[in-house]
Amino acid sequence: MLRFLFRRLLVAIPTLFLVITVAFFMMRAAPGSPFVNERQLSPQIEAVVMARFGMDKPLHEQYFDYLGGVVRGDFGPSLKYRDKTVLNILNENYKVSLILGGVSILLAAMVGMSLGVIAALRQNKVADYFTMGVAILGVCIPTFVTAPLLVMVFASKLGWLPTAGWNGGALANLILPITVLALPQIAIISRLTRAGMIEVLRSNYIRTARSRGLPESLIVRKHALRAAILPLVSYLGPAAAGLLTGSLVVEKIFNLPGLGKFFVISALQRDYTVVMGMVIVYALLILVLNLIADMIYAALDPRVRLS
Amino acid sequence: MIPGSPQRAELLQQAVKGRSLWDDARRRLLSNKAAVAGMIVLAFMVLAAVIGPFVVPFHYDTVTKPDVWAAPGVGGHLLGADSLGRDLLARLVAGLGVSLAIGVVATSVSLLIGVLWGAVAGYVGGRVDEVMMRIVDTLYSLPFIFFVILLMVTFGRNIFLIFLAIGAVEWLTMSRIVRGQTLSLKQKEFVEAARAAGLSGSQIILKHIVPNLLGPVVVYVTLTIPAIIIAESFLSFLGLGVQPPMASLGTLIAGGAQDMEIAPWLLIFPSLTMIITLMAFNFIGDGLRDALDPKDR
Repeated sequence: MLRFLFRRLLVAIPTLFLVITVAFFMMRAAPGSPFVNERQLSPQIEAVVMARFGMDKPLHEQYFDYLGGVVRGDFGPSLKYRDKTVLNILNENYKVSLILGGVSILLAAMVGMSLGVIAALRQNKVADYFTMGVAILGVCIPTFVTAPLLVMVFASKLGWLPTAGWNGGALANLILPITVLALPQIAIISRLTRAGMIEVLRSNYIRTARSRGLPESLIVRKHALRAAILPLVSYLGPAAAGLLTGSLVVEKIFNLPGLGKFFVISALQRDYTVVMGMVIVYALLILVLNLIADMIYAALDPRVRLS
Repeated sequence: MIPGSPQRAELLQQAVKGRSLWDDARRRLLSNKAAVAGMIVLAFMVLAAVIGPFVVPFHYDTVTKPDVWAAPGVGGHLLGADSLGRDLLARLVAGLGVSLAIGVVATSVSLLIGVLWGAVAGYVGGRVDEVMMRIVDTLYSLPFIFFVILLMVTFGRNIFLIFLAIGAVEWLTMSRIVRGQTLSLKQKEFVEAARAAGLSGSQIILKHIVPNLLGPVVVYVTLTIPAIIIAESFLSFLGLGVQPPMASLGTLIAGGAQDMEIAPWLLIFPSLTMIITLMAFNFIGDGLRDALDPKDR
C-alpha cells in the first residue's frame, strides 16, 4: 500500500510539471498583459512595473524562475492586487468553495446512493420510475436554471431564505447554493448506483448469498453495495475536484466569494500568477482525488491489487 | 419433406436473411418508447429551429418600443416579449438553432480528434500510446474554463471559436473510450488478416478499426451533444459565449433570470425548451446504449 502510494505520487509529479508548463506557455501566448487595463502607463513606468515582477526577462527565464518558486512553495505576488500574494488570495477564498463543494458532494453521495439502491431494489416498479424520472430531470436541468427558479420561489415569493450573499457562512445562506450544486450530482449518482446495483444483484455470488438464507438487508448492505458503487467511485474523484474549486455559475448567482469567480476574473485580467496558482490547485486536487478513488476502489474490490 | 417444396424455400429464405448487428439494434431502439419519443421531440426541435425563423412573424432582433414586457399572447407575441420588446418566440427559435448548431459542430470536432487520437494511440501502442495518453491526462487536469478564456482572448469573441474551444476540450473522454475499444479490437482476427494482406497502419485504423468503434462512439455522441449545449449555455450565462444581439438558450436563460421578477415567462420558456431538448437527447442516448450494448441481450 505505501509503495503504491509512493509510486503514484512519483508519477503525479511529471503530470503536474506538464500541467504547469502547458498552462504557463498557453497563458503567455495569449495576447494582452496584466498592465494594459489600468490607467495608460507611460512606457517608462510600464518597464519599471514589468521589471518589478521579473517580466522583463526572456520568457524561458521567467518560466524557470516560476518553477523554482513553485518548488519552494512560493506562488509569487498577484499582479493585480497590490500587496497580496497568490497564497493570500487562495487562502481568503478557498473556505467558501470548500464548504459549498464539500457539503454538496457529501450530501449528493448520500442521497444519490440511497435513491439508487431503492430504485434498483424496486426495479420497474413505481418507486423506480419515480426516482429515475426525477433523476433524468436533474441531469437535464442545468444549475443556472435551478438556481434562479429556486431563488424566485424560496427567496422572492416565500421569503424563507436570503436571495444571495455569504453572510459569514450562515446556514440560511448556504441552503440554496448547496441544493443547487447537489441536485445534478444526486441525479447522476443515483443513476450510476442503480445501474451498478441492478447488474450486481443478478450475479452469481448474490444468488449464493440468497441461497444460504442470508437476510436481504444484509445481502444488500454487505455484499451488493460494495461492488455496485465501484463505477461511482471513479466518477466522484473528478466531480469532487470540480465542485471544490468552485462552481462559477452558483458563485455568480448567489454572489459568493469563492475560487471559481476569482479564477475567471483573474484569467480575463491576465493576472498570470493568480491563474497559475488556481490551475495548480485544481490539478493537485484532481490528482489527489483520483488517487483516493483508486485506493477506495482497491479497498472495495479485492480483485484489484494496488501495484 | 420433399425437396423443392414451398416449405423448404421458405426455410431457405429465412436462413439467408440474416440479421445484422445494426438491424437488431434498430429494432430494439424502435421498440423503446422513451427513445422514440425522444427522437420525435428532437425532430420537432430541429424543425422549429430551421423553419421557425421564417414562420414566426417577428425578427429575433427587432426592437419594438410599445411591446416592452408584453406578456404571452399580448400584441401577437405568442410567448411574450423582453425588455426591448423583442419577440420571445422569435428569439427562442433562433437561440435553439444556435445551441443545436454549437452542439453538433463542437461534437463533430471532438469526434474527429477523439476518435483519431484514441485509435492511433490504442493501435500503435507502446511509447506512442504512453505519450499520447499522458497528454490527455495533462489536458484533463486543466480546468475547462481556462482553455475557453485563453482561446477567447486570443481569437476574440467569435462564435465559431466557441465551437472550436468546446470541441477541443470535449474530445478527451472520447479518446479514452476509443483507445480502450481499439486495444481489444486490434487483437481480433480481422485486423490480423488485414495486416497479413499488407495494409498499412493508417489503412487498418481508418478502414477496419474506426468502423468497428461505431457502437460506443454513437452512444457517447448522443450524450456529448447535450453536454456541449449545457457547456455553451454556461459560457453564455457567464457572458463568455454567444454575444448579443445573437441568442442561444444560455443567453436567453441568463437574461430571463435577470428579469424573472418582472417577466417570469422570459425565464420559463427558454428553460423549458432547454430541458425538453436535453431530455430528448438523454432518452435517445439511453435507448441507443440499451440497443447497442451486447451485455444486456
